[in-house]
Amino acid sequence: MDFISTHLLTSILFFPVLAALAILFFPKEQLRLIRWTALIASLVPFVLSLMLWGRFDASAAGFQSVEQYPWYDAIHSSFHVGVDGLSLTMVMLTTLLTPLAILASFGVTDRVKAYMILFLLLETGMLGVFMAVDLLIFFVFWEVGLVPMYFLINQWGSANRNYASLKFMIYTMGGSLGLLLAIQMLGVTFQTYDLVALYERWNAFNPATFLGMPIETVKTIAFWAFVIAFAIKVPVWPFHTWLPDAHTEAPTAGSMLLAGVLLKLGAYGFLRLVLPLYPAQAAQYAGWLAFLAVMAIIFGALGAYGQNDFKRLVAYSSVNHMGFVLLGVAAAAKVAGTADATIALNGAVFQMFNHGLSAAGMFFLVGVIYERAHTRDLDKLGGLFPIVPVYGGILLFTSMASLGLPGMSGFVSEFLVVRGAWASMPVFAALAMLGLLMTGAYILKAIKKVLHGPLNEHWAQGEHKLTDISAREVMVIAPLMALTLILGIWPAWLLDVVNKAMSMLF
Amino acid sequence: MQFPILSVIVFTPLVTALLILLMKPERKTEVRVAALAAASFALLLSIWVFISYDKTAAGYQFLEQYSWLPALGISYHVGVDGMSAPLVLLTGIVMFTGVLISWGIDDRPREFFAFLFLLAGGVFGVFVSLDLFMLFFFYEIAVFPMYLLIVIWGWVKTREYAAMKLTIYLFLGSVMALVGALAMYWINYQNTGVLTFDMLQLEKAGFSSQFQAIWFMPVFMGFAILGGIFPFHNWSPDGHVAAPTAVSMFHAGVLMKLGAFAALRVGVMLLPEGAKQWAWLIFILAMINVVYGAFIAMIQTDLKYVIGFSSVSHMGLVMLGIATLTPEGLTGAGLQMFSHGIMTALFFASVGMIYDRAHTRMIPELGGMVKALPFVAIAFTIGGLVGMGMPGFSGFVAEFPIFMGVWKTQWLAAVIASISIIVTAAYILIAVRKVFFGEMPEKFEGHITPITALDKVALFTLVLLMTGLGAFPNLMAPMISLGVQNVLRLLGGA
Repeated sequence: MDFISTHLLTSILFFPVLAALAILFFPKEQLRLIRWTALIASLVPFVLSLMLWGRFDASAAGFQSVEQYPWYDAIHSSFHVGVDGLSLTMVMLTTLLTPLAILASFGVTDRVKAYMILFLLLETGMLGVFMAVDLLIFFVFWEVGLVPMYFLINQWGSANRNYASLKFMIYTMGGSLGLLLAIQMLGVTFQTYDLVALYERWNAFNPATFLGMPIETVKTIAFWAFVIAFAIKVPVWPFHTWLPDAHTEAPTAGSMLLAGVLLKLGAYGFLRLVLPLYPAQAAQYAGWLAFLAVMAIIFGALGAYGQNDFKRLVAYSSVNHMGFVLLGVAAAAKVAGTADATIALNGAVFQMFNHGLSAAGMFFLVGVIYERAHTRDLDKLGGLFPIVPVYGGILLFTSMASLGLPGMSGFVSEFLVVRGAWASMPVFAALAMLGLLMTGAYILKAIKKVLHGPLNEHWAQGEHKLTDISAREVMVIAPLMALTLILGIWPAWLLDVVNKAMSMLF
Repeated sequence: MQFPILSVIVFTPLVTALLILLMKPERKTEVRVAALAAASFALLLSIWVFISYDKTAAGYQFLEQYSWLPALGISYHVGVDGMSAPLVLLTGIVMFTGVLISWGIDDRPREFFAFLFLLAGGVFGVFVSLDLFMLFFFYEIAVFPMYLLIVIWGWVKTREYAAMKLTIYLFLGSVMALVGALAMYWINYQNTGVLTFDMLQLEKAGFSSQFQAIWFMPVFMGFAILGGIFPFHNWSPDGHVAAPTAVSMFHAGVLMKLGAFAALRVGVMLLPEGAKQWAWLIFILAMINVVYGAFIAMIQTDLKYVIGFSSVSHMGLVMLGIATLTPEGLTGAGLQMFSHGIMTALFFASVGMIYDRAHTRMIPELGGMVKALPFVAIAFTIGGLVGMGMPGFSGFVAEFPIFMGVWKTQWLAAVIASISIIVTAAYILIAVRKVFFGEMPEKFEGHITPITALDKVALFTLVLLMTGLGAFPNLMAPMISLGVQNVLRLLGGA
């Protein structure tokens, strides 16, 4: 116990890897054993992160539960992990969604062993990004998390999976090139990768020329290198085109984590690296960022409305919702240090968490119907409410959460973002509200096409008769629904944790 | 007197080669067992050297010196520093795994293992030599058996052509380097009146800048040909493809390192002024290696050619790291030599296993191998991730410092070289998917037999090293940094 409490973060981080190694030695026919081991193994990090939450001091600034070990002395990088309010929230989200995704995958029968191992590795990859306090360690986990996702899409995806998985991988790696180069530049210049040291020294770094260019130019280029890498991951318009493909082809649980956590990595990059490292550039280009954010909100919504594939619709909705996160970041960058900035950032982080809940829920529900009907074509569904009443109710609830209905958590976060942006960028805030209107339109379209309208008799009887959502599936979605509701009614317990970190960010 | 561990390492394969030749040719199993025993012994000793190298003392260790031809100043002088100790370990590993993989060779295994061990002894010798004459001596011992190994056991279609091409290229290179070495020898004699090939003496010779400027390029390039430097890289993919599996492993895994290592040891360390003057040219050539090699690898349809050109690209990174003449770049080059050696040995071993069963290496004809050869699929995939420079694996910890060194030298080059990362990722992912996943062609159904336990041991060893070094770069990087300090000391500054 002592070991765990002094090494809490590394325990959370590496437990899934250990479990994956253990599963490697299981006989591959023992499906039940593999599934349950994976589920229980993914619950351990969740319990540990509850411990972490319990001992977290929300009023203290800086990183907590810090651990540091030598890693790569030759280039001055150490294995340095820690959490603040922002990372803690994201760690909680990850450790919560992973067991749910694994539970949702109990229906998978093809190469279960490899599948579960990849999921556990993916969890470690994601957690590492959120915990890293060393830029190189951040990058290591940032890239390495791609590998399990690539194989999940490539091996368990649907028809067009080769194209989608390669696009996902090359898009993200290509986007990360600029990030990689900028990280190398920082490392060469300061001989350290420690984030806290870099925050201070990079901002104080002010020679007239650097690399033969004015320092301002270098910082601007590096700023955009970071922004593009993270914008691709979020994804922000116009870098979002990999997302619908990846989602459409990914297996259900893969989509849950892709939308629930992987997209947050990009947003997390904005908050953890872009704002603290480039406050001046972020303020200067806040208008551009806000423009991209609003385009994501509006085009994401329009794109979603135009889809007839249920999963693609939900995929585009992620572009729409994540746009609000970037809008919050942009607004905060513009008026750094003010109360408005903190409000916008709180909203952004809260939106990240909420979108994690609602997007994972929506993708799961799409998966539930797809597993039964073997189609996601909205025109072929319709009028299903009487046949699958429980599923219908749950879908309705989750859609409303996604739409941002007051009383649900999405409303609080979107309100905070727009409230924070209102004073400094009223036009963009107004346009974002327009986008919100369109969110309502596509969500209602989806509900109407699936649940209401004339019943497609095909699904009512005979061999195609749909069965209602099973108890196991309800177990997956129930925690998400409960949290959405609780956070909608009483958001303070989470926001308090986030708030301190956000006010210290600059 | 201390135990002459380096000599034992060098002479174990050489003596074994002779002993094996004395055995009866039809006693194939005994030959194999003897080969494995010798390889294991050499591996254990090289691990011992790696572990017991005293990092606080640094410098050359495990020194042995016996005069050999005192009249000409030639002595048998061996020792390792932080740069060569990992390469000795690498050779031990590749030798051990190479023997495991070659267990199934049925065509004159006696001669095969004898030549292979001759090659291995030569390679060990070059890495530990501190005498320029001895270095050349071992260098030729290492290159010569390649010809026979390829021409006798190689791929029927191209073996004569490839063996001849390889031998001519490499001899040409070594002649160039040898002339440079003799020039050093002679000038040093004129300056000091001492006849010596001892590199520790020659390091202090203080050759004039003009002399160094003239002789650096022949010496460096002469050795770098074996490292596959552009535009003299062409022999290498042909040689890889024609060679039998274990020889490809040696060739890409160790021999190419021999070129890069000797170019560093003789070229850069003995002619540091020349290195500073010509670094820009090496830098540009290596850049071409890196980017061009990746593009060429991308359009290959023969899996072995893909790996062959990927080696050209990856060895370009080694040269690039050396050409930066910075602590980061050189450390990265040292790590990359080790990492690439392990990775490419794994690649060629896997390709060999596939080819032995499917009798084709054409990527479009293969598919679905994961079902029949899951172990190979996983190992090859991990090797691919190393090749892509994926963080968490050894390729990243090697390439990252190289890029840092490039940043210090010419930042624009880092931007250009980074293109290769994406190209490499693309061709590796595509090759992995096409060969191992997807539908297995019907003609292979039931024909793909599982790999043996020995094959698995070999693959597992290589995978473990790549992931271990990737997760814990401190296992090796500090040692290489010590070797790098020695290089930097000679370069003056830092």
